Amino acid sequence: MENGVSDEVGYDVHAVRQDFPILGIQVHGKPLVYLDNAATSQKPQVVIDSLVHYYTRYNANVHRGIYTLSEQATAAYENARAKVARFINAPSPECIIFTRNTTEAINLVRYAWGADNVRAEDEILISEMEHHSNLVPWQLLAQEQGAELRFLRVNNEGRLMLDGLDVLITEKTRLIAVTHVSNVLGTINPVKGIIKKAHKYGALVLLDAAQSVPHMPVDVQELDCDFLAFSGHKMMGPTGVGVLYAKPHLLEAMRPFMGGGSMIRKVMLAESTWADVPQKFEAGTPNIADVIALGAAVDYLSDLGMANVREHEIQTTQYALDQMREVSGIKLFGPWEMQTRAGVVSFVIDGVHPHDIAQILDSEAVAVRAGHHCCQPLMRRFNVPATARASFYAYTTEEEIDALLEGIHKAQRVFGHAIERSV
Amino acid sequence: MQLNDLYKEIILDHYQSPHNRGRPPHADIEAEGSNPLCGDDVEVFVLLDGDRVKEVRFDGSGCAISLAAASMMSEVLEGKSKAEVREIGDLFKAMMHGEDVDLPEEMEDLEALKGVANFPLRVKCALLAWTTLEHGLANENVGGRVSIEVD
Repeated sequence: MENGVSDEVGYDVHAVRQDFPILGIQVHGKPLVYLDNAATSQKPQVVIDSLVHYYTRYNANVHRGIYTLSEQATAAYENARAKVARFINAPSPECIIFTRNTTEAINLVRYAWGADNVRAEDEILISEMEHHSNLVPWQLLAQEQGAELRFLRVNNEGRLMLDGLDVLITEKTRLIAVTHVSNVLGTINPVKGIIKKAHKYGALVLLDAAQSVPHMPVDVQELDCDFLAFSGHKMMGPTGVGVLYAKPHLLEAMRPFMGGGSMIRKVMLAESTWADVPQKFEAGTPNIADVIALGAAVDYLSDLGMANVREHEIQTTQYALDQMREVSGIKLFGPWEMQTRAGVVSFVIDGVHPHDIAQILDSEAVAVRAGHHCCQPLMRRFNVPATARASFYAYTTEEEIDALLEGIHKAQRVFGHAIERSV
Repeated sequence: MQLNDLYKEIILDHYQSPHNRGRPPHADIEAEGSNPLCGDDVEVFVLLDGDRVKEVRFDGSGCAISLAAASMMSEVLEGKSKAEVREIGDLFKAMMHGEDVDLPEEMEDLEALKGVANFPLRVKCALLAWTTLEHGLANENVGGRVSIEVD
């Protein structure tokens, strides 16, 4: 089914929570309600164990040593690459490049692909709802190459206005860089159609999948995207590891990203030749422990089943939206219809600034984000300086949504006068 | 954590009914300050009478702490000399950094913001208007509007 939607969640959320030690802690003497999953996710014990196991049993550098530990570390590292490839149905592990995070993955494309493929007067199409990490690199590339940036706009419901796509894509379009799921609005963009259209014009498509790969089944071959970037720490893995997927023929043709050890074949004083893909793009000692632990996170998510995770988030988000829209003086952003919406709810409340909402929620141990969410153009589009944002995951419960609602009511009580005046 | 330390009645009153808010037709010193990381913006306007502050006005958007701090600042500085303004600003900054300070009696409203020092992430909110004013004073000779970004 579209976005892997089934009707039932094939796991017990309370059982799942037992796997996450942090979900049992208290903050200000109250049980933690962690609703900032779009920023980073919590980690199951198996991921934490994977890190400890690596450092206590087989810590060694990869791709170098002719000794047992190094062979074990190399096998585990490359096995994680294979797991990640299977997770997004990449055609082979060699299409998976490990980076620090989504931002570095996108910047890799900017440098290693963009510099040779985007020239003066070419066009790059991005959207108004991009995270700064999928906006600023393209501003820099366009400035350097004398290329033009064009923009897909967002309508009031928080969807891309795709009617304009036919006008915006031209023979000069080299790249469309668009987010799969908005980190502010939760909108799931119809990227398959965008990709199809782009390819008709010979343009490539980069998907920022930081908010999709952790939360729903993603199949890069079915989507036919050219590049796809995501972060390990948003999908129950450790910080410090991100992923770039790219089609094999693109990676073969691209120049290296960073120069150094591991990425070379033969080094002379004046010049060098490059290692094969993917090593060509992984200069220096990689983030071995975190890559292996990301493999453990992928296993954990695969065991839950991404269709189940998606269905759980649909139900949780629907529950949250149903409750929140009853709150007087609240404004919710993003699409209403859950088939094209992920588990992200941005909101503002009359008379209470988002930072004050977050502060008061924190006093109830409810963790939400307040600010521009690295989407300043989108904030301007909706005419707000900031929003508060609650974002859910596989382990979020309806009781936690209830705590969020209680916190919102508390914020309104604290700022009681303002509410009375604004009604 | 004591939420009441932060959202005292007097702070909420200043936030909800700010004093001296709005742009005057003319100002001797004009400065705008913003915190791009949290999106707070404040404009500070000073009308002088010789060396003395005749009036401080402000405008902007921000959280309860930043707007209440701006409102309180505009009140306490009325009639003060520039040197006194700097002194009070230094005292206020010290208070926001957790130091025990003796504020002049007529400025006890400012004491209400003392609790902000216990919330390190919010200190920048309380300081935004003050930093902006300070920047305006320091650049008085430059003329025109000056702006500063803080985070």
